[in-house]
Amino acid sequence: MVFSGRVEASEVRAARVSSEFIIARRRAQLLSAVNLWSSRTPPKLVAKDDRTRSERTCDVLVVGAGGAGLRAAIESHDAGADTLIVCKTLLGKAHTVMAEGGIAAALGNVDPEDSWKVHFSDTVVEGQNLSNWRMAEIFAKEAIDRVYELEEYGALFDRTPEGKVSQRAFGAHTYKRLCHIGDRTGLELIRTLEDQVVKRGVTVMDEVAITRILRSRESGNATGALGIDIRTGGLILFRFRALILATGGCGKVYQVTSNSYESTGDGLALAYRAGAKLMDMEMIQFHPTGMIYPIGVRGLLVTEAVRGEGGVLTNAMGERFMSKYDPKRMELSARDIVARAIYSEIVAGRGTQSGGVYLDISHRGAEYIRNKLPSMYDQFIEFAGVDITKQKMEVAPTVHYQMGGVRVDPESGETSTKGIFAAGEVACGLHGANRLGGNSLSDILVFGRRAGAAAAVFSASTVAESVDDAELEKEVDRVLAPLSDKPGTNPFWMKRQIAKNMWEHVGIVRNKADLDAGLAEVARLGEAAAEVRAPGERAYNQAWLDTLQVSDMLLVCEAIIRSALARTESRGAHTRSDYPRPDPKWLANIITVERDGKMKHELEPVPVPPPELDALINRE
Amino acid sequence: MATTPSPGPVRLRVRRGSGSDPSVFRYDSFEVPWEEGMVVLDAVHYVQAMVDPTLSARWNCKAARCGSCSAEINGRPKLMCKTRVDSIDGEITVEPMKAFPLLKDLVTDVGENWKVAAMIPAFSPKSPKAREWKFYQRDVERSREFRKCIECFLCQDVCHVIREHEAEYIGPRWVVKAASLDMHPMDSLNRSKFMKDAGGLGYCNITKCCQEICPEHIVITDDAIIPEKERVVDRRYDPAVWLYRNLPRDQRQLEVAIKKVLKLAFWAALLAPLVAVPILFLAKALLG
Repeated sequence: MVFSGRVEASEVRAARVSSEFIIARRRAQLLSAVNLWSSRTPPKLVAKDDRTRSERTCDVLVVGAGGAGLRAAIESHDAGADTLIVCKTLLGKAHTVMAEGGIAAALGNVDPEDSWKVHFSDTVVEGQNLSNWRMAEIFAKEAIDRVYELEEYGALFDRTPEGKVSQRAFGAHTYKRLCHIGDRTGLELIRTLEDQVVKRGVTVMDEVAITRILRSRESGNATGALGIDIRTGGLILFRFRALILATGGCGKVYQVTSNSYESTGDGLALAYRAGAKLMDMEMIQFHPTGMIYPIGVRGLLVTEAVRGEGGVLTNAMGERFMSKYDPKRMELSARDIVARAIYSEIVAGRGTQSGGVYLDISHRGAEYIRNKLPSMYDQFIEFAGVDITKQKMEVAPTVHYQMGGVRVDPESGETSTKGIFAAGEVACGLHGANRLGGNSLSDILVFGRRAGAAAAVFSASTVAESVDDAELEKEVDRVLAPLSDKPGTNPFWMKRQIAKNMWEHVGIVRNKADLDAGLAEVARLGEAAAEVRAPGERAYNQAWLDTLQVSDMLLVCEAIIRSALARTESRGAHTRSDYPRPDPKWLANIITVERDGKMKHELEPVPVPPPELDALINRE
Repeated sequence: MATTPSPGPVRLRVRRGSGSDPSVFRYDSFEVPWEEGMVVLDAVHYVQAMVDPTLSARWNCKAARCGSCSAEINGRPKLMCKTRVDSIDGEITVEPMKAFPLLKDLVTDVGENWKVAAMIPAFSPKSPKAREWKFYQRDVERSREFRKCIECFLCQDVCHVIREHEAEYIGPRWVVKAASLDMHPMDSLNRSKFMKDAGGLGYCNITKCCQEICPEHIVITDDAIIPEKERVVDRRYDPAVWLYRNLPRDQRQLEVAIKKVLKLAFWAALLAPLVAVPILFLAKALLG
């Protein structure tokens, strides 16, 4: 034992003092940095004509903080790129939270026969041969790793009796394949990714709306973006070397939709205006089961998991009508088939009084339902006063997903404009003409990660370029123009008109006359849109944001209708009553692109898979 | 579906104000046509589209899933999208959450929550992950309840510690978060020191308001806060645990401990007569 008096003692004292000091200082740092609930500096008012903009520079700018955006940001950050996330609403509120049923991946935990090959085949077959084979291959292979990775990030999946990740049946999946967390899978997914982003210290600027992607005059690469800080109404100029679009879908262009406020198709408009190609815009998925009562929640999703857990569809006569449309798979047929079946029943007058059909799960028993479908139970009790453990639900199709979107490279998610990458619902190629339930959650993780990695590599290999100042000034003019107290059209009302037009003319079954009428109405609304005004101050001015969304929404509507007119056949989610059959000559993707200020269409044949993959596709 | 007769227009009273000067505010009254199954957010949307587009209210999913449209309805913290107008008699007064700084009208700045989120020690798995983890449904259930949280921050709003005292307490939402991590079957951390010190868990005096208003029906106080408090007590204040934690673990610590004990003995020996003598003297004098 060494016991050498003074030196040892003073060392010990010094060590103790310093450790106490460190603890005290750390605590002070923590508290002052956090300043828990008392940091209250009121925001300054921004004048209506104030053109100044603050600047933010980063390597990779991620637009959108749903599953795809967060996963992309994690990957890009881990690859060493200085990553910044901007999103239009609060962090953690993105439409991903609404995903219910589960995440599709061929783990084979419940059905050991399952493999990525079967998942690949299911995806391509139900996409009605419009999917990109390479995307489907990457997707089916990598989805498995993404699920296990999510578990490592802290997600708590339901378990099988053997202690593995549990999987449930879903429409048109050959095997039980959907890993789930009750019926709150999306919520768990987004919280888990959110935790990872917070843990890594990635900067998130929430409530910032991007209005335009700016390009360099020399190379044409995307190098900047103009945004509005919604909280103050101030403008922000972002400078970056790569941008990832993860803005989700455009369901809000329809009146009856399961989509959130923010799904207005801004990402599509941003990409289109930056010269990128859009693809298969006519492919809008109608989810077979949305609530129809009360009016305020019309369109709200009733998860496919209800049918996955044994829910039965009947018409007003009590017939189990799916036996007429798909006797083999019944309620668990593909979404386009079930949605059309319900639509046909309602149109034929066999619907309920409020214009829907019945969905019944009460035979599974109250405890099972409350355990497996807790959100559905709450949703019906609280909004409709219906107890689904005893009563039938009334449902009808609702706009749910957009299979089309920005055309991307299957490997990297790079769009046709250099420097812009896209992932998730805003990107196109995986789902073809019809998406399988549960595939979107694995889609956002697989391709979010790939876009993040590719954007980080791209940003490291390019030099920062300046933005086109003339384009920037023009955009500032456009953004500030609607701010006026003069009388004008109400933007909220305007959005309702747009959504009404799409629901009436570009619905689940389309024809030329309706589509033409819809297009004419879009043109008329486009003229009226010039009169839309946003009165009031700039801070948190929703009317102003909605005014800017109106032009994005009208652009998306036009792209959808023009593509729907072009595709003279019925395939997957796109049904034309004047062309009721699929046409082999339409094995092509419709590209929407801007040429000389006009919307133009081009056809690209769907890439043919190599023989070894083609052999996997089960086309029975 | 039961159809009830229309009870006439809905009378809506909204607190209007701007974050640039929170001391200036007013209440605007609106009449909104009644519709069956209507919620308060529907009424707000009607006002925006038909009467006054300058009214601001944050919302997103309109299905009680995202937790954006938190407000105080007739003084009670609630989600506007989940509160049916027919559940309220008479006029409906809507105000922003009071525990957060005002931005505009019904919108408050809840950004401080992310600073708090960053403080909580993150999920740390016990072992680097093998391909699959094995645990059972019963292990999942403990943490499951807390994962229902939609981060509407109504519990933070109703918490009187945050609302009135601005104490250094992370608040119910973040205790629920810590509990969800602590009760994850694969988590390796013990967050009790954090919860006691930086977390300020001791400030909560269990009034249970948070669990009463939670729109997701999470039993916040009973299932999260009290067990977390018990963890702190078990670890920080149990004398046996204290002794165990302070046992010397190597030679150096042992030397320090011995020196401490020796020092204590030395001072005790020195001071004992100094204290004892006057006491004895006093006692003698008093007892006579």
